[in-house]
Amino acid sequence: MVARKPADRPNASKEDLLKYYREMLLIRRFEEKAGQLYGMGLIGGFCHLYIGQEAVVVGLEAAAKDGDKRITSYRDHGHMLACGMDPKGVMAELTGRIGGYSKGKGGSMHMFSKDRHFYGGHGIVGAQVPLGAGLAFADKYLGNDNVTFTYFGDGAANQGQVYETYNMAELWNLPVVFVIENNQYAMGTSMKRSTKSPSMWERGAAYGIKGEAVDGMDVLAVKAAGEKAVATCRAGDGPYILEMMTYRYRGHSMSDPAKYRTREEVDKMRSEKDAIDHVRDLLLQGGLASDDDLKAIDKDIKARVNEAAEFAKDSPEPPLADLWTDIYA
Amino acid sequence: MATEVLMPALSPTMEEGTLAKWLVKEGDSVKSGQILAEIETDKATMEFEAVDDGIIGKLLIAEGTAGVKVNTPIAVLVEDGETVDDTAPATKPATVAATVAAAAPVAAQAAAPAPVAAKGWPHADLPEGPTKTMTVREALREAMAEEMRRDPSVFLMGEEVGEYQGAYKISQGLLDEFGAKRVVDTPITEHGFAGIAVGASWGGLRPIVEFMTFNFAMQAIDHIINSAAKTLYMSGGQMGSPMVFRGPNGAAARVGAQHSQDYAAWYSAIPGLKVCMPYSAADAKGLLKTAIRDPNPVIFLENEILYGRSFEVPTDPDFTIPLGKASILRDGDDVTIVSFSIGLTYALQAAEILAKDGISAEVVNLRTLRPIDYDTVLASVMKTNRCVTVEEGFPVGSIGDHLASTIMQRAFDYLDAPVVTCTGKDVPMPYAANLEKLALTTTADVVAAVKSVCYR
Ligand SMILES: Cc1ncc(C[n+]2csc(CCOP(=O)(O)OP(=O)(O)O)c2C)c(N)n1
Ligand SMILES: [Mg+2]
Repeated sequence: MVARKPADRPNASKEDLLKYYREMLLIRRFEEKAGQLYGMGLIGGFCHLYIGQEAVVVGLEAAAKDGDKRITSYRDHGHMLACGMDPKGVMAELTGRIGGYSKGKGGSMHMFSKDRHFYGGHGIVGAQVPLGAGLAFADKYLGNDNVTFTYFGDGAANQGQVYETYNMAELWNLPVVFVIENNQYAMGTSMKRSTKSPSMWERGAAYGIKGEAVDGMDVLAVKAAGEKAVATCRAGDGPYILEMMTYRYRGHSMSDPAKYRTREEVDKMRSEKDAIDHVRDLLLQGGLASDDDLKAIDKDIKARVNEAAEFAKDSPEPPLADLWTDIYA
Repeated sequence: MATEVLMPALSPTMEEGTLAKWLVKEGDSVKSGQILAEIETDKATMEFEAVDDGIIGKLLIAEGTAGVKVNTPIAVLVEDGETVDDTAPATKPATVAATVAAAAPVAAQAAAPAPVAAKGWPHADLPEGPTKTMTVREALREAMAEEMRRDPSVFLMGEEVGEYQGAYKISQGLLDEFGAKRVVDTPITEHGFAGIAVGASWGGLRPIVEFMTFNFAMQAIDHIINSAAKTLYMSGGQMGSPMVFRGPNGAAARVGAQHSQDYAAWYSAIPGLKVCMPYSAADAKGLLKTAIRDPNPVIFLENEILYGRSFEVPTDPDFTIPLGKASILRDGDDVTIVSFSIGLTYALQAAEILAKDGISAEVVNLRTLRPIDYDTVLASVMKTNRCVTVEEGFPVGSIGDHLASTIMQRAFDYLDAPVVTCTGKDVPMPYAANLEKLALTTTADVVAAVKSVCYR
C-alpha cells in the first residue's frame, strides 16, 4: 500500500489540490444534505451514502479522460458528482422528481447519464461487474482507447459473476479497471467474516490479472494508481484491479443502525485518515491556501448543495402518464 | 425564526416509531449533524441528527413515547435570543412530508342501499381455542425456533441472519439460542449458497434458506428450479430436497424497479415446488411450520410491509396449517374476492366499503399458491356467481389469470360475469412516490372491479 506523502511536500499542484478539495467536499456536503432530506421524508426507500469514500472517485476521475466510462453499485451519488453530473439532477432523482436524471423513475440506486458516460446505479450486488466488462468489450470492438472504471464493494467481490468476468476480461484483454471499494463492511458483515482471503485484489492473480492495493483515503495515491491502471488498459494490456482501502462513516443505508462496529473505530478513521482533512492539511501546511480561501470554498459548496436541494424540492413529480413510458424503445 | 423538528422517517417502511431517548435537553445549543435523539424504528434503534444549527427551545415529546407518527413535531429549535413563547404561533414545520401513507379511498356513495353485515370476520379462519397477539415477524421467528428445537437437522442460512440478527429482524435471537452451527451467516453469494443448501438437503439436512429479499433469489433461481424442484422426479423418486426458501417478496416502499417484484406467479409455475404466501401472523406461523416439515422444496414468500402487523395466533403448540388449504376470511353472498398476502389488505378494505354499499363479498385467502385450493375457490364462486382476484404481481400470466381460466373451465355455467383480475400494472416499479402508488393495485381498484362484475 502506498504511504501518505508528508504534508509539507505534496506531490501535486496547488490547482489540482484545490480541485480535489472542492470535489470531495461537494460529495460530502451533498451526502449530508441527502441524509437530512431522507429524515424529512423527501427521499424514500434505500439511500446509501458515500461519506468517507470521496477520495476514491475523485482520485480516479483525475486519472480519466473524456470518453472513459464508469459503472457502479447503488452507492452511486459520489461517482455521479465526481464525473461531472449536475448535483441538481442527482438530488431531484433522490426526491423522485421530473428534474432527476431518470425523470424520477430510477431513484437513489438507479441513475444514468449517457452524456457523462455514467452507466448506473445497480441494485443487485455484483451485477455491474460483467456489465462494466461489457462496456469495455464494446470499446475494444469499436477500436477506441476508452477505459471503463467498474466499481464494486468488498462484499460484491465474493459474487461468482465477478470471477467469471475476471476470466473473460483477461482472456480478451479488455480495457477495464476493476475498482474494489473495500470499505471493510458489506452491510453488517466485516470482510474477515465473509472471506479468508487476506486481500481481494490478489485473487486476480489466479486469472493473470495485474493489480494492487491502494490507500483509498489518499486522493493523490488513488490518482497515481489510477494513472498506472489506465495506462495499462490503454496500451491494450488490461484489465487491471485496484483495491481501494477505504471506509464508510455512515451506516450501510439510512436504515442501518451500524451496531456491528464501535463508535471509536469510526471516530479513529475520521480523525486520522479523513481524505478531505488530508488535502486541507496539504493546502494549509504547504502554504498553498489560507483558512479564508478554504472557508470561501466551503461557503460556495454549501450554496451549491442548498441550491440542489431547493431544486429537488421544487421540481414537480413526474406526470402520471410517465408510468407507461420508457418500457420499450 | 423557530423551526419544528419532526419525527424522522428512518427506514423505507417506517410509519411511526418510539422516541427512545433524548440526547439533548432544552436550552442546549446544537449544531447541524449533532445527534439529537435515539429513535426505534420498525427494525432498529437509530440515531437522529439535527438538520439545522440552533438552540433546543422545547422538547415536545417525552422520551419513551411509543407510536410517534412520522412528521409529528417532536421539538422546537430556536435561534439565539428567542424563546418558544415568542414564536409559538408562528412556528413553521421544518419539513413537509412528501408522502404520507394514504388512507384507503372510500368509494363515492350515491343513494346508499342497505348495508350488509360482515359475517365471521376478521378471524374466521382460526381454529377454536386460546390465541395471543403477535406480529407476522414474531410469528415467523417463533415457527423457525420451534421447528429448530423439534428437529436438529433444521438449520438457517443466509445473509445477515446471525450476528446482524436478520436484515429485517426475522431471525433475531436465533443465533443466541442455536449457535453458529445452525444459524449460518453467508457471504453475498446467492447462487452459491442456494446450491450448497440444496446439496445439504440431499445430504440429510433440512435447510431454511433466507433470501434478504426474493429479488436476490433471481441469482439463485437456477438451483431452486433445476436442482431443488426437479431432482425427485429425475431420480425416479429416490431423493428429494426437503427445504424452505424464504424471505420478503414484492414491493416494499420506494425501493425502485430492481427491488420491488412479486414472484408469486413465477414460482407457482414450477412442478416440484410448493409455494406459500401468508397474509396474517397465524398464516405465517402455521404455514412455515408445515413448510419446514414438508419433504419438498417450499418457496415461502413473505411481505415486508406485513412484517410489523399484528394478528391473533393460536397458542396451541401443535398449531399448523396444511399446505394447499385456502381459508375464508369473510363470508359473503354476492361476489368472491380471491387474494393472498398483502393483496388481502385491499380485498378486506374493499369488502368493508362494499358492505356499506349493499354488496356482500366473500374473501378467500389462498395461503398456498402451489398446490392451489381450487375446491374452496370453486365452491365460493358457485355460491356467489362472481369473482375478482387481487394480487400485486404483473398482469401477464398472473395467479388471477390461472384462476380465471380454471373457473371458466370448471364453473362456466355458474358465472354471471367474467372473472376480473386486479394486479400490479404492466410496468417496472417506478421510484417516484406518485407513480409507485399508481403501479400497485389499490382498494379502489378492487371496489371498481367488484362493481363491474356486479353490473353496478
Ligand atoms: C445479489 C444481492 N444480494 C443481496 C443484496 C442486499 N445488499 C445490498 S448492499 C449489500 C452489501 C454490499 O456490500 P459491499 O459490496 O461491500 O458494498 P458497500 O455497500 O460496502 O458499498 C447487500 C447484502 C443485493 N442488493 N443484491
Ligand atoms: Mg463494502
